[in-house]
Amino acid sequence: MENKKKKNKYSVKQRLLSSNLTFTIVSVIIGLIIGAIVLLIAGFNPITAYSIIINGIFSRTKYISYMIIYATPLIITGLSVTFAFRTGLFNIGAEGQYIVGALVATIVGYFLELPIGLHAIVVFLAAIIAAAVWGGIAGFLKAKFGVHEVIATIMLNWIALYFSNYMVMKPFLRRPESDSSYEILDTASITILEDWKYTDAGREWLSQHPYIKDFLATPANLGFVIAILLAVLVWYILNKTTLGYELRAVGYNKHAAEYGGIKVKKSIITSMMIAGGLAGSAGALQVMGVTKGISVLPGMEGYGFDGIAVALIGGTTAFGNIFAGLLFGGLKYGGPKIQPPLGAPSEVVNIVIGTIVFFIAVPKFMRMIFNINTRKRGEKNAR
Amino acid sequence: MSNIDFNHKVVEMKDITKKFGNFTANDHINLTVHKGEVHALLGENGAGKTTLMNVLYGLYHPTSGDIYIRGEKTNINDPNVAIKKGIGMVHQHFMLVEPFTVAENIILGMETTKGVTIDMQKAIADVKELSEKYGLYVDPDAKIQDISVGMQQRVEILKALYRGAEILILDEPTAVLTPQEIEDLMGIISNLTEEGKTIIIITHKLKEIKMIADYCTIIRRGKHIDTVKVSETSEDDLASKMVGREVSFKVDKEHKEKGETTLKIENLVVKDNRGINAVDGLSLEIHAGEILGLAGVDGNGQSELIDALNGLRQVESGKVYMNGKDMTNKSTKEILNSKISIIPEDRQRRGLVLDFTVAENMVLENYHKKPFAKRGILSYENIEKFAKDLIKKFDVRPENEKIKARSLSGGNQQKVIIAREVTNDPDLLIAAQPTRGLDVGAIEYVHKSLIEQRDKGKAVFLVSLELDEVINVADRIAVIYEGKIVGIINAKDADEKTLGLMMAGGGTDGK
Repeated sequence: MENKKKKNKYSVKQRLLSSNLTFTIVSVIIGLIIGAIVLLIAGFNPITAYSIIINGIFSRTKYISYMIIYATPLIITGLSVTFAFRTGLFNIGAEGQYIVGALVATIVGYFLELPIGLHAIVVFLAAIIAAAVWGGIAGFLKAKFGVHEVIATIMLNWIALYFSNYMVMKPFLRRPESDSSYEILDTASITILEDWKYTDAGREWLSQHPYIKDFLATPANLGFVIAILLAVLVWYILNKTTLGYELRAVGYNKHAAEYGGIKVKKSIITSMMIAGGLAGSAGALQVMGVTKGISVLPGMEGYGFDGIAVALIGGTTAFGNIFAGLLFGGLKYGGPKIQPPLGAPSEVVNIVIGTIVFFIAVPKFMRMIFNINTRKRGEKNAR
Repeated sequence: MSNIDFNHKVVEMKDITKKFGNFTANDHINLTVHKGEVHALLGENGAGKTTLMNVLYGLYHPTSGDIYIRGEKTNINDPNVAIKKGIGMVHQHFMLVEPFTVAENIILGMETTKGVTIDMQKAIADVKELSEKYGLYVDPDAKIQDISVGMQQRVEILKALYRGAEILILDEPTAVLTPQEIEDLMGIISNLTEEGKTIIIITHKLKEIKMIADYCTIIRRGKHIDTVKVSETSEDDLASKMVGREVSFKVDKEHKEKGETTLKIENLVVKDNRGINAVDGLSLEIHAGEILGLAGVDGNGQSELIDALNGLRQVESGKVYMNGKDMTNKSTKEILNSKISIIPEDRQRRGLVLDFTVAENMVLENYHKKPFAKRGILSYENIEKFAKDLIKKFDVRPENEKIKARSLSGGNQQKVIIAREVTNDPDLLIAAQPTRGLDVGAIEYVHKSLIEQRDKGKAVFLVSLELDEVINVADRIAVIYEGKIVGIINAKDADEKTLGLMMAGGGTDGK
C-alpha cells in the first residue's frame, strides 16, 4: 500500500517535471490564486479585479495594441537572457545593454540625416553594435580575467545608467527646459502610419474602420514584428549553425568544447556580444517606435530585469519568449487598471503582478538550478 | 582466511527492488552476509551494485523488500540510522574536508569536547589507538590535501570505524590505488575481519575478488544472478556470470614489426596548475604499427603530458614532432588536423558534451567541416546519417543518435568517443585511461579497437594506470616517474614486479 503510494507520487512528480507547458500553466494558476489572496487581504474583491484586468487587456483593439507595445521590449530582452543562458552565461546586464542601445539610437536618430527607412536601419544597427560592445566587455572580462559575468554586468548596468543620464543633460542632446533628449527624426521612426494617421484622408479612412483606428490610436509600431523575427533568428543561430553549436558546446561543457578545438574564450565574448546586441535592439526599438527619445532616469526601468523573468517563464526557448513576453506585457499594462475603479493602491497591483511572476519564475528557476546540480554531480561521479 | 561466523547473519536483504521511474535498478535482489565475512558484489557498470548498497546505507528507499540487520527487521530511512546500526560506507569519491587534518576529519560530526572547545589531544589519541588496532597507519596531524589517495582512503575507513561501524561497505575501493596500495588495503581488510568486522566490497575487478573475498554475489542488469563461494569458482566463471557470455582475458595479438617514427617528444617540460614542472624533460618516440604503453602511478605527469600533446597546456620547453612536423604549442585545432586523435582521460569532462545528442557528439571535432556544415550552417541530416553509421559499426546501445550522451552507460559513452576518434583515421591515436570504470565486456572491446589500429599500421599511445592493461595490450612499455621516463621495456619481458619498482622510481639498469 505504502509502496504504491510512493510510486504514484513519483510518477506525478515525473510527469510534472517532464512537461514544461503543464508546469508553466500550473504556475500561472497558482500565481493568480496567491495574487487573489493578496487582494483579499488588502480588502478587494479578486474576481472583480481580475475581470477588470482581463477586460483591460482584451476588450478593445487599442488595449491589445498596448499589450503588444508593452511586450515588445520584454520579448527581446528575454531573448538576450535566453541566448546567454543557452550558452552557459547569466546575462544580468540586459538592463544596461538596453540603456546603451536606447542612448545610441537617440543620438544617431537625431543627428544623422538619412532617407526614410534607411535611417531607421542605420539607427537600429548602430544601437545593436554599441550594445554588443557593451555586452562584450563583460564577456571579455570573463574570458580574460575570469570575472564572473553576473558581477561584471551588474556593474556595467549602473555605469550605463549614469552615463546615459549624463549624456541626456549635455546641451547638445538635451531638449531645453526638460530632462529629456531631443526626439529622433521622423525618418528614423518605425511607428506605423504615424503621419498619415493625422492627415485628413487618414482620419476619414480610419473613422470608417473603427477597430483599426482603435488599434492605431497607440504608438503601434513595427517592433513586435522585429521581435518575432529576432526570435526566429535566435532559434536559428542556436540550433542550426556551427556558431550555435560552438556556443552551446561551450555552455554545456567547456572542457569538451576546448578539446574539440573550439575556442572557449572567443565563444564567451561572442555570446555576450550577441546577448548585448539583442538587449540593445530592444532599447533602440523602444526609442524608434514609442518614446522617440530618452529621459533622465532616476533608476533602472527594469526592461532588462523583467527580461530575466520572461526568459525563465519562456523556458529559455526562443519562441517561449514571445508568449512569456506577451503575458508579462499584458500584466504590466492591464494590472494597473484595477487602481482607479477599485481604489487599490498601485503597490497592491505591483504585489499581485510580482506574486504571479514569482510563482511562475521561481519553480522554474529552482528546477534549472536543480538540473545544473545533477549535472555537476554527474560530472563529479565521472572523475 | 575464514573468520566467518555462520551463526550470525549480519545483513540480510530480502527481495529488494528499487525503481527509478520506469527503470528498475534492483529487481528482487537477495543478499546475505555473515559476521566476519568479506562479501564481494560483482557486476558491470550500471548493474545496480551501488544502488543496492545505497539502499543498505539509507541513501535510497527500496521500492519493495525488507532489510534485516543482525536478524532484526530494520527500516533504514537515512544514513544516520545506518550508522547507528553499525553500518559504515566508504564511497568511491571520498568525502573529506581537504584543509582539515586527518584527526579533524575523522572526528567531524562527533567531536570530542572539553567544555565548548574540541579536545584535540583526545581525538588524536583515539585516532592513533584505532589506527594501530587495525594496521591502518595514518598521521593524525597531516592535512588531507597533503596525503596520498591511499592514505585518504584509510582516513575514510577510520572515519567509519570511529563511528562504530561493524559492517563496512567499500565502493570500488581499488579504482584509485597503486598496486602497492592495493596490497596494503587487502592486508587491512583481513585485519578487520579478524577483529570480527564484516566487509562488503563493490568491485568489478575479478583478481581482487579472488584475492580477498569469501563469497561473491553477482548482479546483472539489476537481477541477482548467483552467489558463489569464491574458493570454488574461477575468474572466467565469474566473468561470464557477470557479463552473461564468455569473455576472454587474453588479448590476442600477433607480433608486428614497428615502422617509422610517428611522434617524437624531446625534452618536454610542462607545468601543472600549481606552476611546478609536472613533465620534466621527457623524451619518447612512438612508431607506426606499435602500441606504446605508458605506465606510472597517477600524478606523475601523465595528465599534463596528454594535455600538452592535445594543445590544451602550454609547453615550457622541448619539442613535439608529429610525422616530422613541429607541433609544439600549436592550437588544438591544428593538432587535431595533423592526424592525431585523442581518447581523453576523463570522458565525461573532456570527451563528451553530455547534454548534446549522440549525433552532435560524433562530430565534436568536425562539426564545421563538410559534409556536416556548409558556410556555417549545420546539416543535421548528414550529421545524423554519419552518427547512425557509426552507432551500427561500433555497436553503441541504444541505437539512437538523437538521445543525449548523458543517458548512455559509461561503456557506450566510451564507444561513442572511440568511434569518433578512430573514424578520424589518425596516424597517432592517444588513448588516456581508455578503460577506466568500464566493465569487462567493454574493456575487451576497447582493447580490440586499439590493437586494430596498430594492425592497420597506426601508432597507438596507451596511457594507463592499470598495469595489467599495459602489459597485455602494449608492445613496448615506458614508465613515467616524476615527469620523466625512467625506463622502457618490451611488454614480453615485463612483469608487474619490475614495473612496480620502476613506477616507484626504481628504474632499470641506470637508464
